[in-house]
Amino acid sequence: MSTVVEPSPGQPAALEAETLSDAVRARLRGLRGGELGSLPILLGLLVIVIVFQSLNENFLSPSNFVNLMVQMAGLTTIAMGIVFVLLLGEIDLSVGYVSGVAGVSVALLLFQDGGELPGPVGIAIALVIGAAIGFLHGMIITKVGVPSFVVTLAGLLAWNGVVLLLMAGKGTVIVQDELVIGIANSFLPEMLGWIVILGAVGLYGALQLLGLRARARAGLPTPPPVLLALRVAALAAIAVVVVWFAYENRGIPYVAVLIVLLLVCLSYVANRTRFGRHVYAIGGNQEAAQRAGINVDRVKVSVFMIAGTMAALGGIIFASRLRSVDTAAGGGDILLNSIAAAVIGGTSLFGGRGHVKSALLGALIIASIANGMGLLGLSAGAKFVVTGVVLLAAVTVDAVSRRGRASSGRA
Amino acid sequence: MADGPVLELQGVSKSFGAVQALDGVDLEVREGEVMALVGDNGAGKSTLIKCVAGIHTIDAGEIRFDGEPVQVSGPKDAAALGIEVVYQDLALCDNLDVVQNMYLGRERLGPLRRLDELAMEQTARETLKGLAVTTLKSVRQTVAGLSGGQRQSVAVAKAVMWNSRVVILDEPTAALGVAQTRQVLDLVKRLGQQGLAVVIVSHNLSDVFEVADRITVLRLGKDVATLRVADTNQQQVVEAITSDAPADRRAGIEVAPA
Repeated sequence: MSTVVEPSPGQPAALEAETLSDAVRARLRGLRGGELGSLPILLGLLVIVIVFQSLNENFLSPSNFVNLMVQMAGLTTIAMGIVFVLLLGEIDLSVGYVSGVAGVSVALLLFQDGGELPGPVGIAIALVIGAAIGFLHGMIITKVGVPSFVVTLAGLLAWNGVVLLLMAGKGTVIVQDELVIGIANSFLPEMLGWIVILGAVGLYGALQLLGLRARARAGLPTPPPVLLALRVAALAAIAVVVVWFAYENRGIPYVAVLIVLLLVCLSYVANRTRFGRHVYAIGGNQEAAQRAGINVDRVKVSVFMIAGTMAALGGIIFASRLRSVDTAAGGGDILLNSIAAAVIGGTSLFGGRGHVKSALLGALIIASIANGMGLLGLSAGAKFVVTGVVLLAAVTVDAVSRRGRASSGRA
Repeated sequence: MADGPVLELQGVSKSFGAVQALDGVDLEVREGEVMALVGDNGAGKSTLIKCVAGIHTIDAGEIRFDGEPVQVSGPKDAAALGIEVVYQDLALCDNLDVVQNMYLGRERLGPLRRLDELAMEQTARETLKGLAVTTLKSVRQTVAGLSGGQRQSVAVAKAVMWNSRVVILDEPTAALGVAQTRQVLDLVKRLGQQGLAVVIVSHNLSDVFEVADRITVLRLGKDVATLRVADTNQQQVVEAITSDAPADRRAGIEVAPA
């Protein structure tokens, strides 16, 4: 056959490359072909840091960094659930108020009036409520056949109503449970912080090395070990800087550990399990997935349950950070920011392309902007305008790189 | 089953409301044989394939596998028997790589219900090598980046990887250029040589005459002729496809069932 075959893009190419220079060449070729990976996000972050630091020197201070970690946690959590929904090629517009319902539920269930539940039970109930809402949405979408956009739009209205009903006549409810408050307001002792973060990096490196050796033993092409070493070293460097910087101030909040844990677990689910593979397949070609014998409906319902559960967890984190819930719980920019985070992070709105880590990267961008503009004392209006422009820029980068992929035959 | 047909259809009928899509169709295919299914648009080729694949249930008649009557009431039943269909639109996920596509819906799991990528990649490589599909640079590139012929090869490899005994190809060369068509036809021939029973649906008679051992002609839901390629010519097949006269039913040389 005479067709010229372009080498595969991005990571797959790196997997086939036997030497470092091959890997670098493959990556550059991928970039030209429109496989940008995380590059635009890192550049964007750099711009954000430079701009805000030059306008306000407190932006890159340890205390603000710790603030940022706490501020982005709830958003990141909700966006991780959204990533799964977007991978399917669906949308969930209800996550904002589902998080509101969960936050309000936790606050009310744990309200200290003598009849309150133990903290873990209250949290568990709120998470189950989120999963149940996701199940309800998923069943209507798959069994009745109503588009997810409409079902979750109805959910947006209805769950907003439930928040108002639950809070009727209360105004604001203070969260009194120590466990819930501790999620976003307690910090790991410095020693433990170092052990947890460096342990995680070490584990990652060890697993990568084991995977590499298993490939080599099986006689399959392996990426150059240097590449792997560089990746682990970069991660370790970031981890050391983050931990050191954080302990110049209050330290690593428990919620940050929770985020890392979620990142690892959900990435495992997305990339290493049959369920995750089927999510990508459905987002890529639902017809093909169906013919391959995949139970499409069950996968979809499960994904909406994940989105609901993650939204509920996000709501609990918001309640923890603010130490209270009010009638506005789950409202405002939570929904749009969480979808924007997933998209800015590189998850396609059209299904089948994206990663759990997109949620973290995108939330980092959005939270940095919000945080920086807050430091500058700019109005909410200015904040919305800038976030909107960034979202547009992110989607434009995606669209342009998609054209690049199409012209090099990888639509 | 030594000599008997692997797959045998007897008097298979299927109607959709008032439309009689299949009307008493007989068909048989043996191991190592390439059987071509030809006919004009609406002759019932696709319906017949879908009946065998378990997507449609038949109204009347019998499907036999290794001489035993079988019920095929879903794609999983067909797969369990060893019948695989390669559809015209290929049913591949563009966003997944070659290995992921070949194992879609039948992923191998290791400990902790973790996908066993190594085993899958190795088997996929071996299968592609066994079919002499050598134009793929990497089995870890996404299908979106493949040419039409490569995609068809992946779809076929996906079908034969499961110890399948009957492979049905729906218009495998329809959208391909000259070089890619050659690649796929060679692949089809190799399938027959490897002892699989192959059913190929095609509009292109020169393709059919190149790869097939026998040809079954469908017209308006009836099998109007079964011809041995060695004993017929394109003219005769075209007549069987287009002729209105019922007299030429079973034109040419009929092959007696074993």
